[in-house]
Amino acid sequence: MPTPILLVEHLSKSFGDFQAVDDVSFSVAPGEIVGLLGPNGAGKTTTINMVLGVLAPTSGRIVIEGADLMKDRPRATASANFAAVNCPLPGNLTVEQNLRVFGMIYGVAGLSARIDTLLQQFDLTHLRRAKAGVLSSGESTRLSLAKAMLNTPRLLLLDEPTASIDPSGARDIRARISGLVEAGHCGVLWTSHNMQEVEAVCDRVLFLSRGRIVLEGDPKILPRLHGAASLEDLFVSVAKETLDQGVRA
Amino acid sequence: MISLNRVGAVALRLFYLYRGSPARLVPMLIWVVVDVLLWGLLTRYLNTVSNSSINFVPALLGAVLFWDFLTRVMQGVTMAFFEDVWSRNFLNLFATPLTVLDYLAGLILCSIVTSLISMTVMLAFARIGFGLSLATFGAALAPFLFVLFVTGIALGVMASALVMRLGPAAEWLIWPIPMVLAPFAGVFYPISALPTPMQAIARILPPSYVFEGMRAIVTGEAPPWNKLVIAVALSLVYLILAVWLFFRVYTQVIANGLLARYSAESVS
Repeated sequence: MPTPILLVEHLSKSFGDFQAVDDVSFSVAPGEIVGLLGPNGAGKTTTINMVLGVLAPTSGRIVIEGADLMKDRPRATASANFAAVNCPLPGNLTVEQNLRVFGMIYGVAGLSARIDTLLQQFDLTHLRRAKAGVLSSGESTRLSLAKAMLNTPRLLLLDEPTASIDPSGARDIRARISGLVEAGHCGVLWTSHNMQEVEAVCDRVLFLSRGRIVLEGDPKILPRLHGAASLEDLFVSVAKETLDQGVRA
Repeated sequence: MISLNRVGAVALRLFYLYRGSPARLVPMLIWVVVDVLLWGLLTRYLNTVSNSSINFVPALLGAVLFWDFLTRVMQGVTMAFFEDVWSRNFLNLFATPLTVLDYLAGLILCSIVTSLISMTVMLAFARIGFGLSLATFGAALAPFLFVLFVTGIALGVMASALVMRLGPAAEWLIWPIPMVLAPFAGVFYPISALPTPMQAIARILPPSYVFEGMRAIVTGEAPPWNKLVIAVALSLVYLILAVWLFFRVYTQVIANGLLARYSAESVS
């Protein structure tokens, strides 16, 4: 069993009386894409924000590449990066300027060459002088992904990376990420509401519900094990069950 | 540990913004020119109608120049901070290895550059237009500028902490801060001219010692070095308090989730 790139142990987060994440433990291994699924309000974004280091857990531990996020934040975050559909890069900087600023923050060596490579890889070369604020959804997602790859991260956090882009663009993004994972041997934590996408891309999924992991396994096998026709059906039944429990509670 | 790369990245972002939008330079330059012009003409007029032995150019125009310097230093920090507020960039920034100290050092670097540009324009205009020379203040000039610079940085960092805690709408609380402090700082009149309760406040404001010292020099007295030492110490205390406040607010917004969903709607 390889040493995990991301190790999350007994992670909890509460906001007053509300328990957003409740004793969650999981890991992401090198070369593995783990899907973090669940209905709205299940605790996915809260979990991602804690792994990103922008939200302090109430309790628990997050270790990225051997560095404890709470004790050695710069070293832990240096091995990670993220792209999120709801967190665009500053629109008043150009594509290239954004990459340069974030490349400097990550201390990327040979930054100009790295930027050229990423612009080419994500088909952004012709947009290098365009302001990030005027890009289309697909272009903006590609820029976020290019930023996320700047430091060749060992851990990549993707929060609905293909939301708001067309099916062809989404397929292209999925292929790029899968290729990068295979080539770079990094681990990915991926949240999405698109179950077909999750089934196609993820090696393992974690179903979060009311802040807890209620199911975990291979997305291709998991539906059969639980008597569902597809991952989407399983998602719907888990979400409905959770909702019913919530109503009863 | 502060990283020069990360500090440079924060400053580079601002450089790109100014280069990409020269309109941002206008407020930085126009207001200081207007201030120097207005006060320069007033001091020239006062010199012609007054029988006083005081030269109003260094006494009033010098005071305006010094106060504008403090204001520009403070705004140099807050403007760089507001760029991240307006573009909702905190999650992008703080999910990286950037530390709070790196970030603050980057804001301060931005302030040094922008306030130096403003100061240079002000000085050149005041010198050419009205014959003001900072050499009038001799060796006291260094502590004067140091105290005003450190106080400006402290005010900028405190103001940024307030906006981070209270949200973008609190921006409107920040802009008038120099105007609110000016009456207590004795920019244009001796502290003794203030009512007693206001004098107590003036004594804890580092700039008040600078303006008292400036007036002493203009009237031919020796610089009050002992008071300048108090001013330097006070300004450093305020800087430490401001950095502490920023750290405390950052810890709070990381704990309650405000940093991750920072917007006018989510912060209260």
